[in-house]
Amino acid sequence: MNKLGPVITVILAIVAFWYVAAVPMNVQETLTAAERAGVAVTPDNARARSEAGRWSLVFQNLDALGGSWSVDRARLPSPHQVLTEIYNSTWDEEVNGRRGIVNSGSFSNRSLVYHSGVTLGATVLGFLIGAGFGILLAVGIVYSRTMDRSVMPWAIVSQTIPIVALAPMIIVVLYSIGIGGMMPKAVISAYLSFFPVVVGMVKGLRSPDHMQLDLLRTYNASKSQGFWKLRLPASMPYLFTSLKIGIAASLVGAIVGELPVQRGGLGARMLSGSYYGQTEQIWAALFVAAILAALMVAIIGWIEARTLKRMGMAV
Amino acid sequence: MTLVILALVIWVAAWALNAWLSNGPLSNSRIAGIAVPLIFGATVLIVWELVVRGMNVAAVILPPPSVIAGTFAQNLPTLWADAVQTIGKGAVSGYIIGCGSAFIVAIIVDRYDFLRRGLLPVGNFMAALPIVGIAPILVMWFGFDWQSKSAVVVVMVFFPMLVNTVAGLRDTSAMQRDLMHTYAAGYFQTLIKLRLPAAMPFVFNGLKIATTLALIGAIVAEFFGSPVLGMGFRISTSVGQLALDMVWAEIVVAALAGSAFYGLIALIERGVTFWHPSQRK
Repeated sequence: MNKLGPVITVILAIVAFWYVAAVPMNVQETLTAAERAGVAVTPDNARARSEAGRWSLVFQNLDALGGSWSVDRARLPSPHQVLTEIYNSTWDEEVNGRRGIVNSGSFSNRSLVYHSGVTLGATVLGFLIGAGFGILLAVGIVYSRTMDRSVMPWAIVSQTIPIVALAPMIIVVLYSIGIGGMMPKAVISAYLSFFPVVVGMVKGLRSPDHMQLDLLRTYNASKSQGFWKLRLPASMPYLFTSLKIGIAASLVGAIVGELPVQRGGLGARMLSGSYYGQTEQIWAALFVAAILAALMVAIIGWIEARTLKRMGMAV
Repeated sequence: MTLVILALVIWVAAWALNAWLSNGPLSNSRIAGIAVPLIFGATVLIVWELVVRGMNVAAVILPPPSVIAGTFAQNLPTLWADAVQTIGKGAVSGYIIGCGSAFIVAIIVDRYDFLRRGLLPVGNFMAALPIVGIAPILVMWFGFDWQSKSAVVVVMVFFPMLVNTVAGLRDTSAMQRDLMHTYAAGYFQTLIKLRLPAAMPFVFNGLKIATTLALIGAIVAEFFGSPVLGMGFRISTSVGQLALDMVWAEIVVAALAGSAFYGLIALIERGVTFWHPSQRK
């Protein structure tokens, strides 16, 4: 409880701030709606209101602000509106909707469950490819001096480059040579998760110190024994740390990869929300993306805790 | 076909040269340390050029490096204007505001234990989220110009910087704090003379992570709406026109700017944390 108290306080403070901020953010829309409903609003034409400051409008119309937290297409939807949107586009759409899983047998293409599934598939596939190649390259770098010297500086430099800029091009090029569906997004995810894993894994495989390496030499251990019994186990904490960074990067890659091609996914949902001014839809997609990221990092954290505990390395 | 075979031969030869440089008599010299990655990079470019030309790959799929270099040289004014819009206005202003405010918040958070225990888990959580997703919302709030890009960058760099600075401010040993205590130093004296200097390696770690994030944020935010210039705008419209040489030219600019930005921070770090073991020669 000692740990949870401050966290809950901070979260409650954020939510409270959000509700307060929604009032001046949405004041124009709120007053327009109130005027239509027949409430007296202080500058009584929309033109004067759009020129007035947000805060002066708030203080001139303290009675007419009741609708601040339920405006349609608000500039800042309030938390409960976002939660309602998430509920409507997941549970409600699937259970009660005409195209939902209950009535049609497959996930509705209007529900966030479907879109999360699209994004999640590309993320996980890309992550597995990226992490797999990353680990292989790291082993190569640790055992081949040539590879270390040629590739490692570039791997480090590539971390300072905004690789995401490549995303639209990769998508279009892969589509034009006939690779469609999940693969182009997975390539971007793989690319983003690749370098953190390489760098972390190289650090991990090099973490055994001289004493330990000398001990193995006195045991007359072969190179492969040295790898399986010392270097690989020693690299595990580093590997898991970089896997967590990698999977978060993978998700960003998949979302950005969905922007140029509108074929479903959370990124497509955000972009269409921004085109049509459906702010609740953007926020809902953002929240679901956050939940996905947290879940995936938590799963890797759980595997990490289990693995390290069995290896006797848990802290 | 001959070009492809030539590419293969050059690849094998360059690899053999690198293997000799890094395992042979020169292996510990400074020259080998610089030459090997350069040779590798040049080989990749040459092989790319030869394979693209040899197999007649269409320019709309992968332009050869020479064409990209030509486009880069011909469009310098456009590329410069894009870079000023995206990096000069969007990324740098957001970077300064975001890192600066995170630094100040970190000092406040560190002062009050309650805040630290409450904000740090939230900050750690936020640092792992796909914050780029907030771009469409901020573009809607702050308009299409650089202000919205700057806002995206602020949000993106804030949490990594906060988490790193808070971790750094705690990186003093009990001995050091006791020493300050025996000197009768107050909170502010301890902060300025001991804890802030001790936090600098962490602060610079955060600043370095934030350089890449700032560029990513500014470029991706332009995919959601921008004036008719900017690197993200140019990339997304050039992809639409299948002018991939222009896209690659923008990526070259992004790579150069990213490395230069990172290098600048690393240089400042070397000056500020000269006392740290990782900086000593």
